[in-house]
Amino acid sequence: MAELKYIEGYPDYMRKLIERVQETREKRLTYTPPAMSMKERDEVLQVHPDFAPGGKRLISVGPNKGERASNEVADLLEAYPLLEEGDVNLSVVDFETKILIVGGGLAGTSAALWANDSGVPARDILLTNKLRHGDANSIMAEGGTQAADREVDSPDKHYLDTIGGGHFANKPDVVRALVEDAPLAIKWLCDLGVIFDRDESGDLEEKLAGGLSVKRMHSCRDYSGLEELRVIRDEFRSRGIPCLEHYPVIELLTDGNRVSGAVLWNMETSEYKIVKAQATIIATGGYGRLHIRGFPTTNHYGATFDGVVLAYRAGAKLRDIDAVQYHPTGAAYPLQIVGHLLTEKLRGSGAQPVNIDGEAFVYPLEPRDVEAAALIRECYVRDKGITTPTGLRGVWLDTPLIELKNGNGFIEKEFPGMVRMYNRYEIDMRKDPVLVFPTLHYQNGGIETDPWGKTNIEGLWVAGEVSGGVHGKNRLMGNSTLDCLVFGRRAGINAAEHVKSHKNSAKLTLGHLKTYVQALKDAGIKPTRRAPILLPDYRGKAALARMIDVF
Amino acid sequence: MEETKSPIMDRIAEANKSATTGIDSKDIKEWITIYIMGRGYKVPADLTVLTAMEYAGYKFVRSVGCRQGFCGACATVFRKKGDYKLQADMACQTRAEDGMYLVQIPFTPAEKASYDLTKEDYSPSVLIKYYPEVARCVSCNTCTKACPQDLEVMDYVQAALRGDFEALARDSFDCIQCGLCAMRCPAEIVQYHVGQLGRRLYGRNGLGAPKHLEKRVEEIQNGQFKKALDTVISCSDEELRKKYTAREIEPE
Repeated sequence: MAELKYIEGYPDYMRKLIERVQETREKRLTYTPPAMSMKERDEVLQVHPDFAPGGKRLISVGPNKGERASNEVADLLEAYPLLEEGDVNLSVVDFETKILIVGGGLAGTSAALWANDSGVPARDILLTNKLRHGDANSIMAEGGTQAADREVDSPDKHYLDTIGGGHFANKPDVVRALVEDAPLAIKWLCDLGVIFDRDESGDLEEKLAGGLSVKRMHSCRDYSGLEELRVIRDEFRSRGIPCLEHYPVIELLTDGNRVSGAVLWNMETSEYKIVKAQATIIATGGYGRLHIRGFPTTNHYGATFDGVVLAYRAGAKLRDIDAVQYHPTGAAYPLQIVGHLLTEKLRGSGAQPVNIDGEAFVYPLEPRDVEAAALIRECYVRDKGITTPTGLRGVWLDTPLIELKNGNGFIEKEFPGMVRMYNRYEIDMRKDPVLVFPTLHYQNGGIETDPWGKTNIEGLWVAGEVSGGVHGKNRLMGNSTLDCLVFGRRAGINAAEHVKSHKNSAKLTLGHLKTYVQALKDAGIKPTRRAPILLPDYRGKAALARMIDVF
Repeated sequence: MEETKSPIMDRIAEANKSATTGIDSKDIKEWITIYIMGRGYKVPADLTVLTAMEYAGYKFVRSVGCRQGFCGACATVFRKKGDYKLQADMACQTRAEDGMYLVQIPFTPAEKASYDLTKEDYSPSVLIKYYPEVARCVSCNTCTKACPQDLEVMDYVQAALRGDFEALARDSFDCIQCGLCAMRCPAEIVQYHVGQLGRRLYGRNGLGAPKHLEKRVEEIQNGQFKKALDTVISCSDEELRKKYTAREIEPE
């Protein structure tokens, strides 16, 4: 873009458009567009990626055969395994453990600690990670964690907010577990030394967020997930619980309708390892890196749906797998940060979405799907978006309003991560608005469980984003870190009880693959796709075109 | 099986393709050259160090994590053209610049102490007990200069020495534990582990118990909300919707 002149991080044509935002700011200080009626919500949702035509198809194999899913999701459920029977020697076991935990975000790490607290010695637990321990979506959570611990609040209010936000599709028994355990989760973190934001009196500071009826969001500046995860990871390391890094699971091992272990793969040497486990807890997170419908994502590099793919082949049932969460406010400019998360806490603190004419066009705290659809409509139906030099469209998020409402210095105190990110591109979000557009954020559905994280497969538990049911069709802010903490704990405790009362006599086989591959063949699916994909590929097309494999 | 198409979704996907699939050189107007471990590559001008390396053909297994500045996996050391300074930053947060030569630091060898906080006093001596090398700090400020988060690292190391937990927690709070401070420190201090222990001690002991949290946990354990939850969980779909719409929203 050599022909463009840049002023304070924005090309001059965008700088001129910002003047329109400045002109209407004072008026908007006292004006917020009204919240939509249910009818208006239904109308705008027609342009939401989940409801817009195309993009989905019926799954043709497995326990959820005949149900709708995004094409990118169906592609992986209908993919052939990386392994065939005979590729690996299952008679030599490299690690024999009582509890195998796959994935070291908030859910997996919590599961390990609670299993240990429930009497399983550290040496009988194994946590394995595809990247490093903690390289997970959890560490990127900015907003916070919900828990109904204020006097005016109650778990049943939290229940109602969650189930309404999920369009009443949530699984009631797991929502109940979520809201009932929430205060306990916060207390556990405080005892371990997590520093939550405090108010002037020294008490926990709690905030509103989209879809909440009571202030119950507990934040740690805009580094909530980072603070929570690094504290529990520090506790995990202090206890000496065995941990492998860069060792993803590439297939589960089964004995009939029972998970009995897993095949690990060393990403650097390509060597495989066989794990035998009495209980397996999958906590591998979500699928942002599938770039569903071609959207950029807020997710970390390893969010490739591995856990669901593996469990589904072993016979695990899924639910709400058709519902994808797009966060309304991903960065749309500059190119280097496209899709990166701008926390909902910004809107919770007074920032407004504003169109090219400087108009506030939507209530800032609609549920995430409605808010996202409203932004898409503004850009692509009403043509009131702002086009970037590289052809992306977005609307302004008027961040300077936050300081007009809360006083100078508020942004720097509450959003140090955001300020830092924009400063690198010479944009001062305290003085100027930032450009936003929806970004792929969260896997609403996943593997179905009971309130203890147990699946329909013997020996298999799941926790966190990989699971489905607790958020219905749409997750609320602050319920994902909570989901990880609550169901990581529950899965850890329940798996610990299981291993204490069961002997490990199961065989290690890849028998379930035979059945699954046959079903793929019967459905006429050609063996062109393989899964889990483990990592996305962003290599330049020119370099890829000339790559050859010589050893 | 494909249903009808959505032109809007197709336009969005087209506009975003440089962020979702590999970059196609035909879309690029301006180019720069960067030197990855000494070897020059021509790459698009609008990328980060991380995405520029991917454009050049590198597929990362290490030195990458969240890609958005939170996990600390992609520490990078570089010099810019004509500049004597050795700089350090996160590859995912740093713009690739013409003439930059760089290397990734995928791992920091460092010893983390093991401790049980329930058995430790809230005392400055705990920090010295587990990380005695803190006392070796020569106040050279190299750690601060290396910090990609622009934290005052030396200040929090000094706060640890003084036993000022509040300052230690405040100044180290935004640490992403990338390890660059420790790699540069001539006194061989592992600053980010010291910060972690200090913050946990402060979070556990220095903030005071939240007023209502413990009581609420007890109330739940005593079954105080059992009835309310039984009621709401047994509501019909219609009743739930009615209750949901009738909720009162707490004012700001």
